[in-house]
Order: sequence, then C-alpha cells, then structure tokens
Amino acid sequence: MPQEFKRQYKEILKQYTERQTEHNLYEGQNFSRQLIQKNISPEEVISIHKASLEELMPDLPNDVSHSFDLLIEVMIRYGLALKEHQTLIKKQENFKMEMELASNVQQTLLKTKVPEMNDLDIGMISVPAKEMNGDYTHFLNDDTTVGIAVADVIGKGIPAALCMSMIKYGMDSLNGAKTEPVVVLDVINRIVEKSVSDSMFISMFYGTYDTSQSVFTYASAGHEPPLFYCAKSNSFTELQAKGLLLGVISNVKYEQHTITLEKDDFIVMMTDGVTECRSKDGFIDQNTVMDIIESVRDQSAQDMVEYVFHKLEELQEFEQRDDFTLVIFKKK
Amino acid sequence: MNLRSSVDIITEWDIVAARQLGRNEAKDVGFGTVDQARITTAISELARNIYLYAGKGKIEIRQITEGNLRGLLVIASDKGPGIPDVRKVMEDGYTTSGGLGAGLPGVKRLMDDFKIETVLGEGTTISATKLLR
Repeated sequence: MPQEFKRQYKEILKQYTERQTEHNLYEGQNFSRQLIQKNISPEEVISIHKASLEELMPDLPNDVSHSFDLLIEVMIRYGLALKEHQTLIKKQENFKMEMELASNVQQTLLKTKVPEMNDLDIGMISVPAKEMNGDYTHFLNDDTTVGIAVADVIGKGIPAALCMSMIKYGMDSLNGAKTEPVVVLDVINRIVEKSVSDSMFISMFYGTYDTSQSVFTYASAGHEPPLFYCAKSNSFTELQAKGLLLGVISNVKYEQHTITLEKDDFIVMMTDGVTECRSKDGFIDQNTVMDIIESVRDQSAQDMVEYVFHKLEELQEFEQRDDFTLVIFKKK
Repeated sequence: MNLRSSVDIITEWDIVAARQLGRNEAKDVGFGTVDQARITTAISELARNIYLYAGKGKIEIRQITEGNLRGLLVIASDKGPGIPDVRKVMEDGYTTSGGLGAGLPGVKRLMDDFKIETVLGEGTTISATKLLR
C-alpha cells in the first residue's frame, strides 16, 4: 500500500514542481484525505516526500536530503499524539454509548405508570438535564387511593441516578398506596441514612390522595413545597410540611398534613428544576411560574404540565440546567 | 559484530549514546529511516524514564530473529523505585498532556511488542521489540 501512495504522491509532486498550479495543490489536499483514512502517520508522509524528491531530482543536494531525516525525527511525536488522540476519541465514544445504555436501564428501572383514577386527573412530566435523571417520581395506587413520591437527589448525573435506584427499592418494599406519608418517609430515610455517603442529600415529598374523601395527606423531607390551587378563591398557597432531608440522621420526626380538594382544585408537585429556572435576567420567580400554571388551569393535568415545561424551557432559552419534574393532581 | 550492546544510563548524555547504539543496530538490521526514528524515539523515552525516575539503569539492544523476520529487542532495566500503578502509566492522556510524562503508551505504539515488569522498591524492566516487515 505505501508503494501505491508513493507512486501517486510522486506524480502530484512532479506536476507541482513543474507548474505550481492551484489545481496541483488541490490534488495534494485530496491526497491527504486518503492518507488520513489509511492511517498514514505524518513521519511516513515526510518519508514518502523525501523518497519521491530524491527520485525526481537525482541531483538533489545531500544536505537537503538529510534535512528530511531531521524532520522525520521531529514528526514522530506528532504521529504519536495523533494516534493517542484517535484512541481517546474512540474511548469517548464508548463512554457515550455506555451512558446511553445506562440511561435506558434507568428509564426502565424507574418507569412509573400514571394511574387512571375516577375522581382525579393526573399529569406528570420528568425531563433530565443530562442523560441520567436525578429526579424520581413514583406512583402507588389501589381503587380509591393514589400515592405519589417526588424526590430529588442534590446533584446530577450518574451518582444521582444510582441513588434513585435505592429509593425505588425502598418504595417497592412498602405495601400499598394507603401507607401513611410519614411512615413512607421514615422507611426511606432509614434506608438512605444507612447506605448513602454524608455528602449526598435527597429531598422527597410524599402524598396520598383518597378519592372517597377527596383528601390529600402529605409529608415532606426538605422538599420543594407543592403549590395548592384553590379554584374558588383563584389563589395559590404553598403546602408547607417540616422535615429534614433524607439520609442526614436516622430518627426524624416528619410533619403530616391534610387538605381537602374541591372540584377544579389542584396540587402542583415539583423539583427545584422548576423553581430554580433561570433566564438571562436571573431566576424566574414563583409568581411567574404560578401565572403560567394558572393560564392553563382549564386544560387537562397532562396538558398543563407539558405546557409549563415548554413555557419555562422557552424562558430559559432552551438551556435546561437541572432535572425537571412536575406532577399535577387535579380534582375532577 | 556488536562490540557494545548496552549503554549505562547515568547522565542525560547517555540517552544520546543509547539512541546512537539503537540507530546503528536498527540500520544494521535494515530498518528504514522512519522505523529508525521510531525505534530511537522509543529508546529515548525509556532512557529518559530511567534518568528521571530511577537515577540510573541500563539500555540493552539485541538483534533478534522471530520466525523468518529480523528485528530489534530493546531492554530498559533499572533498580529504581518501581511503578506503583502500571495501569495508570499505560493510560493514554499522560503522554501528550504532561502528567507523569513517562510516555510508555507511546513506546508501546512505536514498537510491535511491549512488556513491563516492575516490583516496588526493586526496579523496573521494560522489553520492547520491533520486527522488520
């Protein structure tokens, strides 16, 4: 193969030394494409040049000829750097593929089905900022009750995602949707406290809605307070519930509260990816978020969450910095 | 034929002597200019590692035959501190981006075969061969 390259190169060189046209130079450039494709290193190219030149010009002064040996020596490291670069690119591609695989595994693992309830319209959206999602949403339901967990690992990417799996198995160990929110948080907190390093913090909100009573019972482990929209007064209030982040200490007393929903009232649960949206003018404040939600209050819960996501995406100029999760429970 | 087949590496100038020996042997085997430059670059790296990290050691050059191919075997040995994490020094990214600067992945690429034996506190022996094809 190098012999064939040499023959071609010698021809191009001959043409160029005779005429020096742009066309010859263009041919030379196209030739380099072939060389790169065939992994011919820079030092080999110079060696081809030297050999071709010596054949074309038998009277080539010796010192010119020798000078190419020095150039070959100098180029060896460029050749090495190029090869290393190629290996690193391949490595990076592998990493990327692995990440995509991991992301698929995560999606399968953390998949949760939005339940269909008689009295309640539910909408949910969860969009990771990177491949792996550090937000977690999980539904538990029976005929009359639906439980909802929204959690956020402080941090993003792979470590956050690994943490999420733990919460998932904790949730799976609970029996049924009727488990009290404080009990849920207590169980998950003990699991997280035992298994997670001190530098990892998780906030979590858990609520259950009883369709027979239209009552929402909730507790929070340092999570972003949900918004309650009262249709009658056309106003939002925050659903506050005190409680320490998960995994800090094993014995935490969580507060539990209840609220009764009337027709068209809704609850908006979210992660800080929603409240900490930033436009170029700074944080997008809560009132703006409330206004956006309110403007679509007549639509279905799913349409609402999707609209809010797209609207905030637009305000942030399509640069999503944090995992984004939004869940709406709306009484029919 | 080979009066001197090894060079002791004590000062930086011995690196040049090792290169010279390698180049002579490479020419003798029949390697072309590019392969000569590759072999000497590999020898440079190995000798420099000895000079920088072990203080002193030896570069040995042997002409070999494998099957019906002729080639060159370069052995770099020292009684230095040894390499604590071979996998790390063999990782790409250390050569060009500075780092440890040991350039061993480069040596591996320049040559056809590469072997490393290292014992902490006892020293390191690296053998690299290149065959004439």
